[in-house]
Amino acid sequence: MRELEDAELARTDIEGYLRRHEHKELLRLVVIGSVDDGKSTLIGRLLHDAHGIYEDQLSAVQRASSKGATRGEGSEAAIDFSLLTDGLRAEREQGITIDVAYRYFSTARRKFIIADTPGHLQYTRNMATGASTANVAIILIDARLGVLAQTRRHAYIASLLGIPHLCACVNKMDLVGWDQAVFQRIADELGAFAGKLGIPDVRCLPISALRGDHVVDRGDVAPWYTGPTLLEYIEEVPLTGDLNLTDLRFPVQYVIRPSLDYRGFAGQIASGVVRRGDELVALPSGRRSTVTSIDTHDGPLEEAFAPMSVTLRLADAMDISRGDMLVREGARPESSQRLDAMLVWMAERPMDPDKSYLIKHTTRMVRASIERVVGIVDPDTLQPVPAPRLGLNDIGRVELRCHQPLFFDAYRRNRGTGAFILIDSLSNDTVAAGMIQAGTSAATGADAGPARENAPQVSAAERRARLGQSGAVVTIGGSDGASARERAFLIERVLFDAGLVAAVVPEVGAAAVAAAGVIALVVVPRPALALDGAAVTSASDDHEAAARAVLAALGAAGRTS
Amino acid sequence: MTAPAALQRRLTHLRQLEAESIHILREVAAEFDRPVMLYSIGKDSSVMVRLAEKAFAPGPLPFPLLHIDTTWKFRAMIDFRDRFVKERGHELRVHTNTAAIAEGINPFDHGSNKYTQVMKTHALLDALRAGGYDAAFGGARRDEERSRAKERIYSFRDRFGQWDPKSQRPELWSLYNGKIKKGESIRAFPLSNWTELDVWQYVWLENIPIVPLYFAAPRPVVERDGALIMVDDERMRLGPGETPRTEVVRFRTLGCYPLSGAVRSEATTLPAIIREMLLATHSERQGRLIDHDEEGSMEQKKREGYF
Repeated sequence: MRELEDAELARTDIEGYLRRHEHKELLRLVVIGSVDDGKSTLIGRLLHDAHGIYEDQLSAVQRASSKGATRGEGSEAAIDFSLLTDGLRAEREQGITIDVAYRYFSTARRKFIIADTPGHLQYTRNMATGASTANVAIILIDARLGVLAQTRRHAYIASLLGIPHLCACVNKMDLVGWDQAVFQRIADELGAFAGKLGIPDVRCLPISALRGDHVVDRGDVAPWYTGPTLLEYIEEVPLTGDLNLTDLRFPVQYVIRPSLDYRGFAGQIASGVVRRGDELVALPSGRRSTVTSIDTHDGPLEEAFAPMSVTLRLADAMDISRGDMLVREGARPESSQRLDAMLVWMAERPMDPDKSYLIKHTTRMVRASIERVVGIVDPDTLQPVPAPRLGLNDIGRVELRCHQPLFFDAYRRNRGTGAFILIDSLSNDTVAAGMIQAGTSAATGADAGPARENAPQVSAAERRARLGQSGAVVTIGGSDGASARERAFLIERVLFDAGLVAAVVPEVGAAAVAAAGVIALVVVPRPALALDGAAVTSASDDHEAAARAVLAALGAAGRTS
Repeated sequence: MTAPAALQRRLTHLRQLEAESIHILREVAAEFDRPVMLYSIGKDSSVMVRLAEKAFAPGPLPFPLLHIDTTWKFRAMIDFRDRFVKERGHELRVHTNTAAIAEGINPFDHGSNKYTQVMKTHALLDALRAGGYDAAFGGARRDEERSRAKERIYSFRDRFGQWDPKSQRPELWSLYNGKIKKGESIRAFPLSNWTELDVWQYVWLENIPIVPLYFAAPRPVVERDGALIMVDDERMRLGPGETPRTEVVRFRTLGCYPLSGAVRSEATTLPAIIREMLLATHSERQGRLIDHDEEGSMEQKKREGYF
């Protein structure tokens, strides 16, 4: 068994062990389930069987167990594993989990951070909290009860929070005699539902957390099951592709100025890759400069990528401060004062649509008003129901108007620039978590000058309905300026003939033109052919071929109807 | 950053933890008027200070370090502290509850509970109030103890420095809510998601200096209530029949010497310490006597304002 090999290596060759563990990956899990599905037992089992619990913590739990804090999990367990994770005294007294607890364990391949979230209906906010950073959601289903309304709600929250991998553990299989038909029925029902939610990767495992079957050890209880154990699954689920390395988003966090000669913009790369020599645009000013150095305490880098924390220096002296964002021209985020967003309401006090709240988004804090509550999502049907406001644990769709523009992407495309929290400026409480849907609100554009108090009345969706297309920025370059311009005009003609509205515009106005729903063609003095910053593959130097490739890319990106 | 990781464009878990911690450090420095970093001289503090150096390089730390000195720390800790801050050029502030010392509070007569409350918790709250600090970094990790597992990275404290576990602010993504009213404060924990193994590995990888007490050496100890207590100076009170004897021991956690249990060990190098830690079956806080007082003792101390 791998764990024992790991312990053996620690015993015999500690430096070899350290080298092995130096190259571990980090995986964040959230474990969610209804009351008594056995979440805490499962986590306790994972920690125990993978040697993540120290003995004195175990003896403290045994002491607490014998004090009489018993749970509905069954009396066969010698140790009540749930007591390991239910950390707060109030929880131990009441026998329920009232807050998100974080637990840690690791194998030779990965370090795991587990968020244990309570399954009561009134604690949706804790589930959302645990899910916000997770790569993998583990949903527990009681084999005897099957997929419940709660299960669907949990899967929905996992999809809302953008978790790419869903692993459903059908627990207490021992209580249904490891009946394959029971498992298959649940797996089919959940798979169909997850498909509707658009979760990209769904997996079902039959387990018994109490007895440990298929958690870390396989056992011989279900010869019909040939899939991975839970530990095998979380060790092997691929993480490449979960992170957006396409669009550079560098929210400036802190300006480092130790002397007059040094001015560095410090921050954590939210997405994308930055290289020394890259030309970047600062938002909201729209001013451009070149990256002269990517600094770290351990020396300069040629290239940095998300989620690194670095310090960028630029060629030009520019007035950039916390809350600004550095991005690549041609791949700008959306810029708008109006947001179409999903909210999870987290405060006891319901939303007051008449007052303004603070939004914290990336490193930016702005004031915002709630313009409209589109509806609250019905937990059973998952359909929006009209409502005047959101209350505790409601999930709803709203339109917000910020007093300053934000630079954002749709949450589905970019978790780092699509997420925000709402803060009550009187109580200072975090009252809601928000996920920007984007793309449906009319942009005011970074180039449109200072924020306007009167926000646009025409939405992007309405523009699209009128024009039959949505705006985009196509970057066109060539070996020399004349050739690039010729190519741009040819592409304009081909797009026009295909029924689209496109125009060759100066780079500075491209974002505004795209926001207006038109396809902006921008000529740049370097070899390039890109749609919204993503390279378009063109087989040859032939202008006709390039034009066809752009047309195909627009269709593939859903820019044309 | 190692070259292979950069080529794959994937960070190892340590580099990812490092990037997240640096983000937290910068966020607090940007959002608060008067941050301070609690410096306890232990390995976690050493890692936290290194991360702060990384966060603000090539500039100096934009906040001072604060040590709550009970006057009962190991002498080797104080030597290390003074040399370390001098070498690194960090600003250090030291605070002691001198009134309590004058009243004769000590770890022998008043029990670890009362002593900790007065010399650590009260002293800390006094120091934070006196300094007008609105944010204080601590090196606590969530894997240390059960009530820590639920603490936020930005842990809100009322105007009396108290923690209310039932009214913690939800904390999502890496969007921290630093809004406070006058007199309120936050404790920020950049190492929340690090484990003991992560910390040791980082110390090894980054060659971070730590107090020699972590390494095994012959030291004078007495055995008391199942713990090995080092006789660090003449103030150590010996019970009837207690005679210090020299044993090869080391410490897994450092604090006030009369309250810190040593372990018998031959580990004199960092890999040897890590090996011992990995093969040990007792978590590190067992050497720290204050947690054993009662069930839920750490939660109680934290409610009162302890880190």
